[in-house]
Amino acid sequence: MFDQLTARGCAAFGMLLLILLALPMFADSYLVSVVTLVLWFAYVGQAWNVMMGFAGQLSLGHSLYVGLGAYASAALFVHFGIGPWAGLWLGMLLATLAGAVIGVLGFRFAIRGVHFALLTIAFAEFTRIAFDHIGWLGGSGGFFLPVGDAAGSSPFDLRGSPALFYYVILALTLGALVLCRRLLHSRIGYFWLAIREDQEAAQAVGIDVFRAKLAAVLISAAMTSLGGVFYAFFYNNLFPEQIFSVSRSIELILAPVIGGIGTLFGPIFGAFILTPLAELVTWAIESAGLNMPGIKQIFYGLALVLIVVYRPDGVWPWVARYLKLVRQSGDRP
Amino acid sequence: MTPLLQVENLSKQFRGLRAVSNVSFTVPEGDIIALIGPNGAGKTTMFNLIAGVIRPDEGEVRLSGRRLTGLRPDQVCAAGVGRTFQLVKPFGDLSVEDNILVGALHRRPRIADARQHAVQILDLLELGPKRYQIARSLTLPERKRLEVARALATEPRILLLDEVMAGLRPTETDRLVELLRDLNQRTNMTILLIEHVMRAVMALSDRVIVLDYGIRISEGTPREVVNDPRVIEVYLGSVEGSTAP
Amino acid sequence: MPLDLYLNVAAGGLLTGLVYGLAALGLSVIFGVVRIVNFAHGELMVIGMYAAVLAAGSLSIDPLLATPVVAGLLFAVGYGLQRGLVNRFIDRPDHMQFILLVGIAMMIVNGLLIVFGPDSRNAQVSYAFDAIEIGPLLLDIVRVYAGGGALTVAALLFFFFRCTLTGKAIRACADNQLGARVVGLNVERLYAFTFGLGAATAGIAGCLMTLLVDVRPQLAPEYTLLSFIVVIVGGLGSMGGALLGGVLIGISEAMAGFILLPSMKSMFSYGLLILVLLLRPQGLLGKRP
Repeated sequence: MFDQLTARGCAAFGMLLLILLALPMFADSYLVSVVTLVLWFAYVGQAWNVMMGFAGQLSLGHSLYVGLGAYASAALFVHFGIGPWAGLWLGMLLATLAGAVIGVLGFRFAIRGVHFALLTIAFAEFTRIAFDHIGWLGGSGGFFLPVGDAAGSSPFDLRGSPALFYYVILALTLGALVLCRRLLHSRIGYFWLAIREDQEAAQAVGIDVFRAKLAAVLISAAMTSLGGVFYAFFYNNLFPEQIFSVSRSIELILAPVIGGIGTLFGPIFGAFILTPLAELVTWAIESAGLNMPGIKQIFYGLALVLIVVYRPDGVWPWVARYLKLVRQSGDRP
Repeated sequence: MTPLLQVENLSKQFRGLRAVSNVSFTVPEGDIIALIGPNGAGKTTMFNLIAGVIRPDEGEVRLSGRRLTGLRPDQVCAAGVGRTFQLVKPFGDLSVEDNILVGALHRRPRIADARQHAVQILDLLELGPKRYQIARSLTLPERKRLEVARALATEPRILLLDEVMAGLRPTETDRLVELLRDLNQRTNMTILLIEHVMRAVMALSDRVIVLDYGIRISEGTPREVVNDPRVIEVYLGSVEGSTAP
Repeated sequence: MPLDLYLNVAAGGLLTGLVYGLAALGLSVIFGVVRIVNFAHGELMVIGMYAAVLAAGSLSIDPLLATPVVAGLLFAVGYGLQRGLVNRFIDRPDHMQFILLVGIAMMIVNGLLIVFGPDSRNAQVSYAFDAIEIGPLLLDIVRVYAGGGALTVAALLFFFFRCTLTGKAIRACADNQLGARVVGLNVERLYAFTFGLGAATAGIAGCLMTLLVDVRPQLAPEYTLLSFIVVIVGGLGSMGGALLGGVLIGISEAMAGFILLPSMKSMFSYGLLILVLLLRPQGLLGKRP
């Protein structure tokens, strides 16, 4: 990780990390919960980035994995009393299986581009409607987790204060960062790069493109499902309409797209700038006395358009270059 | 000497066009064989058939007796075939070293190991000074050498070079010819090359195979082939049919 | 269950399906020519719907009569969008195009939300409750008008592409962009025209749709997806395929909603989409890429 950053970059990162670690001690619980949400989007965005940025496959149905992770762990908790630390394995398993199905079917049948994106949407939507009708999981009326009694704080059941959740998601996000960095510098990371650059040439040097892409899909799906587990225990209620929706899938991709697809810090950077900016816009509109529900969404839509038109590589690479936070290619380490 | 590569009765048809028609030849180990012929003769199709990019309608390709027909391109590489492309395909955003590294990773899963091997190949193809440069910024001759380097890094038993001299100035051609000849002599690397640049063909090849309209029309030493009336006719037209005064 | 009932449900579905098919036609035309995947298609349709509702509400104009104006409006929107923004994305990677249009779609939907609010609105027509009898079928007249209107417009479009000079020029662009430029066609202008045409078609479909359903902003993404399903099933780039796909989806949706549960009707469509994507990605009448 740190060989990519300059000294300045390392310092900036270190400072940010310190602030994040100490946050619950000096901030009020509202701010903590906001940053929790930001970190959640950073985490899931990072997970999505593995599939899009590393393997070049656009998924607009990532909410599927969030939902599977959430419902699996929630169901085990509510119906069988099994805590999330055990339940998350089922969530990951289901998400990985779903990813395998989509990946294998998609790649075997040589489905690319828009068709693949539509395939991912179709699977998510199909699942959404299916879950609407599964009574055992609450159906469209929602699935509810029992909130712990005020007295008990149980990390094992992920029941506790906002600070507990905050540190869990912070750990997840940092873990994702470390994992992605490892992946990028591993054999498969290089293979993904090569495939993105030139798939035919990659094959000619012996890269099994199918396996490499599938690996990205599976890793992405598994990672995302953990975000779903967190979601379930944080919000304590699950509605198929919300959790499996296409708009949720689109929300997930905002941070990595705006931050920078394929980069290591892009999704995190994107998440950290999007939320405050969105809040700023909302506040500005409200202060002006206008009532505009959905202004946030318009802001997000505009951000997407602006980024894709003017900075398709994302904001992070540009900022990092400008502020000299990363080493340029061609510089010797 | 045991033939390393055997092409047997290979045929490929695209809709109405017979691109390759019942072509057979062998490439002995350690030899340099050139595949020549006018444009559209089916040479690149031949390469694509051997490399697994397209499937033949009929015929077989074997490497040391092992069937290559029907394998995917990455599987063909794994079997020991390294190939370059007529229009070079570097991994543009990666450094020269990383480009070769990707090739080396094929047989050397450990990054450090692969990188070491890549650096050796870098020097072999005189790309040392360009080591950290982004592939996209290389000149054409450098890209061609990179293409060869990357294929070499996969530790192939035979190199398929597709018009690797195209677009090079004579001095650059000579340099690359020397590199390849050196490679062949030092490591006994078998090379099958498609070439239009006769300078290179004459200088490098042990034998030459001539294709025209997908059919093998001649084979022999460079000298023999160049003097073969059939070959001359195919390139220049026959004396009877010409409208020369 | 009497056969008549099924037939009625199917017939209703068929007529609705024709409107779906018309919307999908617009999408197919855009993709077939400009090669842009218009993820904001449903949004364009819903703009048309609101325009029709407004016309019906404040000016008492029947949605059917409003179609030319709506078509003109949406044509301008589409033309401007393509010329101004989408055009530079033609050679960009697929996912960039997609994200661009997703962003545009988000802005449109929420813009509509702000202007019109989340509640449903509809266009009141005097014949809303009339029906006609054809043999065993009892069809709502609104459905007949909608389906008939869709068919008419589709025929007009077909005629346009086959017989007019502009239409042929557009087809030439689709066939061979470079060749089209070489013979002097202004490809950018034609692309913009095509996008405008596709948008106008979506707008007209929206107009017709107001005869059948109430409009609310959230319909937009649903219709985008629906248009895609129809186009994929029917075949990208095939006009007949879009109509056929629309009819198929319309009928299956109606039947699934009737036989199973209304809330499950989309599930069937998505299942069909998955199957088609896997087994026959070029769709029923599409050309193999």
